[in-house]
Amino acid sequence: QLSLFRFMVKRPFSTSHSSVDSKEMKKFQLLAHKWWDEEGEYSALHSMNDIRVPFIRDSLLSMSSNYHLGNPLSGIKILDVGCGGGLLSEPLGRLGASVTGIDPVEDNIRTADRHKSFDPVLAKRIQYKSSSLEEIVEESMETFDVIVASEVVEHVADLETFIKCCSQVLKPQGSLFITTINKTQLSYVLGIVVAEKIMGIVPEGTHEWEKFVPPEELEHLLESNGFSVKTVKGMLYNPLSGSWSWMESTSLNYAVHAVKSGARGQSRPTDALSETDIQQRSATAGTAG
Amino acid sequence: SSAAMAAVRGRVLLAPLGARLRPGPRAPLRSAASAPPLYDVVVSGGGMVGSAMAAVLGHDIHFHDKKIALLEAGPRKEYNHMPDSYSNRVSSISPGSATLLSSFGAWDHVCSLRLKAFRRMQVWDACSEAMIVFEKDDLDDMGYIVENDVIMSALTKQLDAVADRVEVFYRSRAVGYTWPLPSHSCHTSPWVQVELADGRRLQTKLLIGADGHNSVVRKEAEIRNIAHQYDQSAVVATLHLSEATDNNVAWQRFLPTGPIALLPLSDTASSLVWSTSHDHASELLAMDEESFVDSINSAFWSNINHSDFMDTAGAMFRSAISLLKPSGTAVRQLPPSVAKVDPESRAMFPLGMGHATEYVQHRVALIGDAAHRVHPLAGQGVNLGFGDIACLAHHLSAAAFSGSDLGSLKHLLKFETERQRHNVSLIAATDVLKRLYSTTLAPLVLLRTWGLQATNALPPVKVRI
Repeated sequence: QLSLFRFMVKRPFSTSHSSVDSKEMKKFQLLAHKWWDEEGEYSALHSMNDIRVPFIRDSLLSMSSNYHLGNPLSGIKILDVGCGGGLLSEPLGRLGASVTGIDPVEDNIRTADRHKSFDPVLAKRIQYKSSSLEEIVEESMETFDVIVASEVVEHVADLETFIKCCSQVLKPQGSLFITTINKTQLSYVLGIVVAEKIMGIVPEGTHEWEKFVPPEELEHLLESNGFSVKTVKGMLYNPLSGSWSWMESTSLNYAVHAVKSGARGQSRPTDALSETDIQQRSATAGTAG
Repeated sequence: SSAAMAAVRGRVLLAPLGARLRPGPRAPLRSAASAPPLYDVVVSGGGMVGSAMAAVLGHDIHFHDKKIALLEAGPRKEYNHMPDSYSNRVSSISPGSATLLSSFGAWDHVCSLRLKAFRRMQVWDACSEAMIVFEKDDLDDMGYIVENDVIMSALTKQLDAVADRVEVFYRSRAVGYTWPLPSHSCHTSPWVQVELADGRRLQTKLLIGADGHNSVVRKEAEIRNIAHQYDQSAVVATLHLSEATDNNVAWQRFLPTGPIALLPLSDTASSLVWSTSHDHASELLAMDEESFVDSINSAFWSNINHSDFMDTAGAMFRSAISLLKPSGTAVRQLPPSVAKVDPESRAMFPLGMGHATEYVQHRVALIGDAAHRVHPLAGQGVNLGFGDIACLAHHLSAAAFSGSDLGSLKHLLKFETERQRHNVSLIAATDVLKRLYSTTLAPLVLLRTWGLQATNALPPVKVRI
C-alpha cells in the first residue's frame, strides 16, 4: 500500500532523472493480462527463458563453489527490473533464489502476484512491487547479489541513470545481467518491420528503433560506472520454431553479464579468480578516486 | 490395420498445438488454508512402469527438493524373500532397460535376487525351415528374463530409499481428474486436481499416467486411443526341463495359431508364453499336466505344418544366400524339451494392441501401456515403457534445472515426438509380424520365410532389432 501511494504521488512530478517513460508504460498496460499465455503475445519472451535462465544460472554457478542440490540459486538475492508479469522471476525463484520483481505498470504487478500465489514455494520466494528502479534505491543500497534487466533497457528514458541506480543497489562483486536489442539496420528490418509489422512476433509499437542500444555504447556506460563486462553474446530468434539460440553476431539481440567492481564486505567462497579479473581489479584499484 | 496405423502417423505429424489445450471441468478456487496438498509430480499407477518413473525422478538431483506422489490402487506388497518357485509373470529386459534400472540402484537388487541372462534368440517358422538367430558378436548379454515380482521388489526398495521425496499412496485409486485451463483465469486453480476413492484430494503441476492399457488418465484427458483386440490370448506357465542345460537361449516358434516362446529362468526351468486362439488357450488351461507338456513339446518339435513345397522353396533360397554370403545361414540349435509344468502356474490373459494418438497434453503425460500396448511376440512391452521413462525423465530433469513449470507443454512435446517416432514403427512392425505369421497361406508363408532368411543374413538389420 505504501509503495502504491508513493508511486501515485511521484507520477505527476516525474523528472528527467526518472528512467521510466510514461509512454512506454501505457503500451504495456494494455497487455497486462496476456503475460501468461505461452502461445500469445508474449510467446517469444516465454521461449527466451530457454536461453536466458541457463545463462544467468551458469554464470552464477561458475562464480560460486556452493551448490545446493535441487536449488542451484539458493541464498542469492535477485532484483528483476521490469519484471512484467513475472515470466523471468518465476524460473529464478524455482531455482532457489529470493527474487524481488519491480515494474512501473501496476497491472503487471497484479498479474504477477496473482500468478505466483497458487504456488506456495514461489509465493514465499518472490516479492513484487509496483515501482521504478529509482524509487527503491534509497531503501535497497547494496542489497542485491544480482540484478536482471531483461528486455528493459531499450525502453528506459535515461540509460546512464538506470545503470547508476543498478550499481547502487548491487552489492560489490554483484552481477548485472542485461538482454536487449542492438541498433543496426538489421535490427530495424527484422526487429521492427518484420517482427512487429509483418509477423506479429512482438505487439506493434512495442519497440522504437531510436531507443535500441548498441553493445559498444552499453559496454562503455557500464565500464565508466563501476562495472566490469564479463560476457557479451548475440541471440537469435527463429520465428518458425519459436525458439532462441546463441550466435556470434550481436547485430540483433544480445545479452551482457557485468560485475560490479569493489571489495566485498563479507567474504564469499569464490573460485580462483581469472587472470583478467585480477588485472582489472588492480587497474581499477589504481584509478579509484 | 495399416490404415489405422497411417492415421496414427498422420495425426502425430499434424496435430496442432491449439487442439491440445482443451478446457476440461474447471476447478473452483480454494483458499490457501483448505487447498489440497500440492505436488510437483503425481504418477498414477504403481506397476513396474509407474514405480520406476517415480523412483527415477526421486533419485534425480534436480528433483532434490521437489514433492512427488505415486498412486497405487493395490496394497503394498512385501518382497522380503522370493519363494522357491518362479512366478509365471516374467519380462524380457533389454540391456537398455537394465541400464535405466541401474541408474538409480534398482538393478543391483534384481541381480541379488534372481534373473537369467540370455545370449541368443532363435526364432523360427513352423511352416518352413526358415529361421533367424539373434546373437551379439561380443558375447554380451542380449537380454535378461526377470520375474515381474523381482522387478517390483527392487523398485519398492529404491522408492523406500527416497521416501522423503516420493510419497507412495497405497490402496489409493484415483477416481477423478480435473484439468486446468491453460492460460487460466485468475479464479481457477492452475493445477491438476486428483480425487481419490476415499475422498482425499491432491493437486499437482504434472500428472503422469502409468495406469495401464485401460488408462483412466487417458480416458479422462479425452485422448483418443486406437485399440484393437487380437483374437488371441497368451497362456503363461512355469516349466521344468527334461535335463539341465546352459539354457541361455530364448526360443520362439511361429505356429499358425500364434507364436510360442520359451524364456529361460534357470538351468532347469523356463517360462512359457504361448499366444494362441482363445479357444485353444482355454483348452490348454483345462487339460491335465501331462497333455499340456506334450502339447508344448509337439509345438516346438513337430514338422506337421511343413509342406514339401515350402521345404523346397526354403532350401533353394538358403542355397542362394550361401552363394552370396557364406556365413549367412546360422547353425540351428534344438530347443530343450519340457518334462513338467509347475502346478498352479498356468494362467491366460487376452491380448490386444493399442496406441494413444497423443502422449501429452498440458500438465499430463502418458507412459507405458497407457500410451501403447503391443503383442508379446517381440518381447518389447515393458522395455518400451522403460524407454518412455528414460526420455521423459531426461526432459523433466532439464526443465527442473532451468526453473521451468514442469507441466509446460514445451518440453512434454519433445518427449512425445521422440517416443512416438521410436514407438510407432516398432508397434506397427510388431502388428504386421503378428498378422503375417497368423496364416498358412502359401504366398505369405513364402514371403515371410524368405524375409526371415534374408533378415538372418543381413547383419545391419539384425543389429537394429
